[in-house]
Amino acid sequence: MNNKNVLTAKGIGKVVKSGASDLVILRDIDLEITRGEAVAVIGASGSGKSTLLAILAGLDTPSAGRVEIDGADLFALDEDARARLRAMQVGFVFQSFQLLPGYTALENVMLPLELADHPEAERLSSEILDRVGLGERLDHYPKHLSGGEQQRVALARAFVVRPKLLLADEPTGSLDADSGAGVIRLLFDLNREYGTTLVMVTHDESLAGRCSRMLRLAAGRIVA
Amino acid sequence: MLGRDWRAGELRVLAAALVIAVASVTSVAFFGDRVSQALLRDAHQLLGADLALQSDHPWKAQVAGQITRESLQLAQAANFISMAFHGDKNSLAGVKGVTENYPLRGKLRIAPDVPVERGPARGTVWLEERLISSLNAPVGSRIRLGRADFEVAAVLTLEPERSANFFNIAPRLMMNLADVPATGLIQTGSRVWYYLYAAGSPEKISAFEKSIQPRLERGQRVDNLESGRPEVRASIERARRFLALTALLAAVLAGVAIALGTRRFVERHLDGCAVMRCLGATQRRLVALYGFEFALLGIAACAVGVVLGYAAQLGIAAFLAGLLQAELPPPGLLPALQGFLVGLVLLLGFALPPLLQLKNVPAVRVIRRESGAPRGSALAAYALGMAVLAALLIWQAGDLTLGGYVVGGFSAAVLLFFMLSWLALKGLTHRRILGRMKNRSLRYGVANLKRHARGNAVQVASLALGLTAVLLLTFTRHDLVEAWRRSAPPDAPNRFLLGVQPDQLAQVKQFLEEKRIGKADLYPMVRGRVVALNGKPVNEADYAEERARRLIEREFNLSYMDSLPGHNQIVAGRWLDPNRDEISVEEGIARTLGWKLGDELSINVGGESFSARITSLRKLRWDSMKVNFFVIAPPPLLAPYPASFISAFRVEPGREQALNELAARFPNLTIVDVGAAVRQAQAVIDSLITAVEIVFLFALLGGLLVLYSALVATEDERRREAAVMRVYGASRAQVTGAQRAEFLAMGAIAGLLATLGAAAIGQLLARRVFELDLPPSLALWLAGPLAGIALLSLNAWLSSRKVLRVSPALTLRDSV
Repeated sequence: MNNKNVLTAKGIGKVVKSGASDLVILRDIDLEITRGEAVAVIGASGSGKSTLLAILAGLDTPSAGRVEIDGADLFALDEDARARLRAMQVGFVFQSFQLLPGYTALENVMLPLELADHPEAERLSSEILDRVGLGERLDHYPKHLSGGEQQRVALARAFVVRPKLLLADEPTGSLDADSGAGVIRLLFDLNREYGTTLVMVTHDESLAGRCSRMLRLAAGRIVA
Repeated sequence: MLGRDWRAGELRVLAAALVIAVASVTSVAFFGDRVSQALLRDAHQLLGADLALQSDHPWKAQVAGQITRESLQLAQAANFISMAFHGDKNSLAGVKGVTENYPLRGKLRIAPDVPVERGPARGTVWLEERLISSLNAPVGSRIRLGRADFEVAAVLTLEPERSANFFNIAPRLMMNLADVPATGLIQTGSRVWYYLYAAGSPEKISAFEKSIQPRLERGQRVDNLESGRPEVRASIERARRFLALTALLAAVLAGVAIALGTRRFVERHLDGCAVMRCLGATQRRLVALYGFEFALLGIAACAVGVVLGYAAQLGIAAFLAGLLQAELPPPGLLPALQGFLVGLVLLLGFALPPLLQLKNVPAVRVIRRESGAPRGSALAAYALGMAVLAALLIWQAGDLTLGGYVVGGFSAAVLLFFMLSWLALKGLTHRRILGRMKNRSLRYGVANLKRHARGNAVQVASLALGLTAVLLLTFTRHDLVEAWRRSAPPDAPNRFLLGVQPDQLAQVKQFLEEKRIGKADLYPMVRGRVVALNGKPVNEADYAEERARRLIEREFNLSYMDSLPGHNQIVAGRWLDPNRDEISVEEGIARTLGWKLGDELSINVGGESFSARITSLRKLRWDSMKVNFFVIAPPPLLAPYPASFISAFRVEPGREQALNELAARFPNLTIVDVGAAVRQAQAVIDSLITAVEIVFLFALLGGLLVLYSALVATEDERRREAAVMRVYGASRAQVTGAQRAEFLAMGAIAGLLATLGAAAIGQLLARRVFELDLPPSLALWLAGPLAGIALLSLNAWLSSRKVLRVSPALTLRDSV
């Protein structure tokens, strides 16, 4: 195993019960992602890409195989230890933003830092919100922000912990072309600035083309 | 579709709310219906005649003479309280002496439930079952009443009038009127009600009534079939209203639960509706679809509620069986309709407004999820439901003022609780307080209080309302009874001695001294009635308040003495000058009747009047169990009038035998065992409370349902929040800790508010109704907040289990 690998997956399989029969979602997936890479996972709907992303993050458990983040065996850890690992090393961006409606933009960004008891949560969070162009809107609630702005808050929340690994699930899926393009520009800029390793699930081939590598998923297998 | 939504669990809260509301309202309506049917059925029995004349002093002979002269039937009766003896047992009895032809209408019944044509023959008495057992005097035994002995000839099971007397404390002893003088019980100072009964053709009866009405004296009254027994009807009506209002409280709470439940239902169906709109469903079709579903649910829930209400009224009737002498007929159908009506109002008023939002869902929501979310619970949308409910409350209260008080009081309480909760939540989440919290989970949980401020305030307020009811019914009720019991000092008199005649005074005093019963002051007692204030005649029509009317109509007790009794305290003016025509008045009666220092009262005693000026107001402790008088005069003023003597003293346990001797030597005396009277009154109050509690239970369930639906309403959001927290690295302990801290704070606030509410209402009741000092109760102040914390901790535990069971990936995908 290469110690430059931020993320290693070996023999990942996922089977769920569907009525009487078993439904195979992922089978025998191997991948290695090195520091600084930007990898796109593409595939048709139902090809298993979102499930793969959830397993790589330790949000879901595989039926077979192992995942290592920075050398730590993810599923040898218990849930809470996995959560701690995520807190320090992994950032997330979702298609549907997943901002908490009762929290202001600033509070949403502060969440991961506060969970880790960071002493300067507020300063760091306002700085990065400023960086994504929302410095004037710290106290706004998500419902008062446009879709593009919400996704920028989500980006700030993902990058504020300076993660080694950023997992993005269809980050422009809910946005129109213009704001989508803006968000992607920002995502790649931040990725460069922070030296983050990026794994992005998308079905947008042109977006995937901007990544350094492309993995194509079909019927639960990597085909290219 | 109904089945599918039911299985999804979304309609269960709605159905439960409807069932509780309908059951609560119908239980009281069914019970009320049975009682009014009984009153209607027994209308003629209620009087025992076509016309009943009642007086607190003997009727003049010419009135009875006129009845017979006008060829109407005549029966007579006299009612008074006295002691009955059998062996070493004695008991207070509600004595009724009747002529043999009593009653003129309806029949007496004796065991085993046999109707009889005539009242007791001379030399015999009929006793109610309760009296038979307390005297241990079966049929055939001989009992003593005053100076005479009587044979117990029958067990009395039913008498007219009595059937409507719901709350009799002394059990009935019926005897022949002609035997009453032989007992020697009717003497100066005895409180006796004299009755004349008339029956005959309607024309003659109405002619006689017209001629007697203008000649009635103070303290005299005529009741006919129409007026019935107004005081009976009035007291039943009051009880029914109280129950009905409590029942409606449950309905109001259910309305809130329905509104909350429907809102959640709507939120969860927005996507489905958007899709249906996309697929071409018209707005009309959507409304029809969901309208039909809700109507079906409403009908089913109302039916269940009616059945449950019917069962509950059986319970109410059973608990009141001991007090209701009358047998109740089965209820009619009207209450069931009433229940359905209330259910319908609730459904239309509180479910329709949010439901109608579904039809307005734009199809574009399929693409853009943010569009077409339901608007905040616009108050205006529920205005109709609230207006109809307020109208229902006022209708049940029976008058606008009382109804207004109830509606206003309830709204004010809700508003106050809501505002206090909101303020408490804001205060607790203030930056400075948050900053001091070192524990991360605690800080997070408490910060969340503000983030869900509105939803949380609703939850806290509804929990506080429900808890207030529970605390009132448990701790406050107990504290009040205890305070009442304690308010009598341990050496307080426990016996009242009534009816001592002037010629017995020396002997009775000597007897009490010999038996070392302790210091027993015997006070003279004169019965009189106020006829004029400052020279102007007064009568009950001058007063609006019922208590004032009763006080002014009745004779009350006056006494004379040289010095102020030790347990009295002058609060205004100065003590009596024995050489002037002056009186001292109790401050409460003066306030009720509008008397002031310096006013001149004219008082009629046995046909003669005297006038005197009020020179002092006195404060009494009625709960001291000592002898108290409304009006005290200097001896020269009252001594010329006929008086009897009254005393209160304490008999230590084990010395009761002396009382039997006293009663045997002076059979005309009435000895009232205060403890026994209190116990008997307590038993009556207890069965009343039990009946009320059944109805309160519905209100409580309603409150819990509101609480549950308020908690469920924020559940989706909480679950998503927990999932996001876990994605960003929160441990299980952090998630549960934050939730626990949030719920703990809410529980503490709700518990504190409920405790404050119960304590405030308790103080109000103690001061205004019971005139007691209620010391703050440690138990209440511990139990209230603890109950709030315990309830919400349980909820936090259940809710965090739910939140943690599912993997965050799944939760987030569901909410996409």
